[in-house]
Amino acid sequence: MSKGYHRPAVLTATPTHYCAGCGHGIAHRLVAEVISERGARGRTIAVAPVGCAVIAYDYWDFDCSEAAHGRTPAVATGIKRALPDRLVFTYQGDGDLAAIGMAEIIHAANRGENFTTIFINNTVYGMTSGQMAPTTPVHMRTATTPHGRNPLTEGCPIRVCELLATLERTAFLARGALNTPRRVREAKRFIEHAFDTQEQKKGFSLVELLSPCPTYWRMTPEEAMEHIDKELTRVFPLGTVKDWKAGPA
Amino acid sequence: MSKLISLTGNDAAAHALRQSRPDVAAAYPITPQTELMHKFAEFVANGQVDTDMILVESEHSAMSAAIGSSAAGARTFTATSANGMALMWEMLYIAASSRLPIVMPEVNRALSGPINIHCDHSDTMGARDAGWIQLFCENSQEAYDTTIQAFRIAEHPDVLLPVMICYDGFIISHTNEPVAMLDDAVVAKFVGEYTPARKLLDVDNPYTFGPLDLPEWYFEHKRQQIEAMRKAPAIIEAVGKEFGALSGRTYEFMEGYRMEDAEVVLVALGSTCGTAREAVDVVRESGIKAGLLKLRAFRPFPIARVRSALSKARVVGVFDRSVSFGIEGGPLYHEVRSSLYGGTTPVLPFVYGLGGRDIRVEQIAQAYRTLDEAAKRGVKERDVEFIGLRDA
Repeated sequence: MSKGYHRPAVLTATPTHYCAGCGHGIAHRLVAEVISERGARGRTIAVAPVGCAVIAYDYWDFDCSEAAHGRTPAVATGIKRALPDRLVFTYQGDGDLAAIGMAEIIHAANRGENFTTIFINNTVYGMTSGQMAPTTPVHMRTATTPHGRNPLTEGCPIRVCELLATLERTAFLARGALNTPRRVREAKRFIEHAFDTQEQKKGFSLVELLSPCPTYWRMTPEEAMEHIDKELTRVFPLGTVKDWKAGPA
Repeated sequence: MSKLISLTGNDAAAHALRQSRPDVAAAYPITPQTELMHKFAEFVANGQVDTDMILVESEHSAMSAAIGSSAAGARTFTATSANGMALMWEMLYIAASSRLPIVMPEVNRALSGPINIHCDHSDTMGARDAGWIQLFCENSQEAYDTTIQAFRIAEHPDVLLPVMICYDGFIISHTNEPVAMLDDAVVAKFVGEYTPARKLLDVDNPYTFGPLDLPEWYFEHKRQQIEAMRKAPAIIEAVGKEFGALSGRTYEFMEGYRMEDAEVVLVALGSTCGTAREAVDVVRESGIKAGLLKLRAFRPFPIARVRSALSKARVVGVFDRSVSFGIEGGPLYHEVRSSLYGGTTPVLPFVYGLGGRDIRVEQIAQAYRTLDEAAKRGVKERDVEFIGLRDA
């Protein structure tokens, strides 16, 4: 029996538009692997964001809907309520989810909407070229904070999983990272469990993935991977934040 | 003396904003406005301007924060494009009705959907009834000059209305062009200090901005907005003239190109006017007495001036970079046609460039030929002609 690298059936052969060292390609693949492995292609509907992943639907061979910036959780709510037996997920970045769309994600989670959100946290607005995001660490330099994020005027990074964990109707919240093979495998387990959560109708699930952005962190891809370990995991601790299966947190 | 430097439209507008010394800026990035915000953030970080820049979480909050700071008496700007302005929608009306002189570069981009990041005018045209003054620019120089003038127009006591400076996404915003900048001190003197007659925290004379306004007085307050907009043309012209004395670049309500003896005239907005000038020259060589009328202000719309400028035309074509579904021709077409009401000059609609579709000299030259033919055949009215559209 041989083991080899194969493209998951639902990942298209399209070369992606992402920068070298970007984490989106890994995250797209993980989602595609999980959907392929559970044979869910025919019942999966994704909602794509505005941001770097705006054309995610070009890379996935299943149904997708685009949504206006930040509105993916509201659109997903509509889809899931109309088609409750489908596997519905949103795929959002930190600008889409934690800035312009913060109201939507909080209220979808608070209603315990039975869909899954894959939340790519790279701590900057990538698509618009590297401005401060709500998740940007304090003192990190970005295009709009050239001297570093000042907590007195720009606030501190928002920890989305922990924020949503206070809402009683959230079922599964976990934070992984895409910077080492071990972490990538863990991230896949989180996505699998999030989809299980949804398929068992347990309510809202979200997997946050710390993802490298070498371009706007102004690092090499390797340095960006190290940055996740050295800096980001201190701000955003990894692991399961809340899990219905484990009982109350 | 000003010297020419190479600037994109976004950088030019950012410099104009810096030189106008705003107290507060609130903005959220959106393509193609983003670089303006970048550049301005750089000015703030370098201490080149003393502006409190608020990195808000959305355009809805950007315009809300702008309303708050302007009501507090601060010179305020924000900037956006397309969906960003759509998210500001309810606040656009509130800013205007509260008579807050907020200045906003609006980098024209097609409004979703389908989602698109390139230029057309569907974003600003939708906001034409929000109560904002809308000034269109042909190039980076005009983006710079108009942004400076915008503060003077908006803050004039007879006007007190917000102003949006509309310039074409990518075509102007991202293209380097030679721009003559004025010295900082010259702009500071021209724009002056903002000293609002009414502001929050005037403890001897407290105010409420934007209070509940039921049928007893709402109508009268809307009338005041109407009157302010009626007074705006004189101020726009006076400021444009004063700016001309300062810079050598006088701004009027509109600009004609080879209009002196023109019989076949196109009316257009924005960067396309630069292309249309070339087309005028091309078709003039073949004997068509072509002319171009470039409008600068869409709101307030200069009806009498348009009528006068087009009085000698044998036929008029109107170039719209947006559509109004359910009626032939776009918003500019209908305003121009209304301006000529009662006359016999045929006014024919064209729609071009939606979602960033390119418009070329030859296409505009062909439009002139089409208009000339239509006039010869006595065509008074026809459906819109789409330029550069696939048949299928």
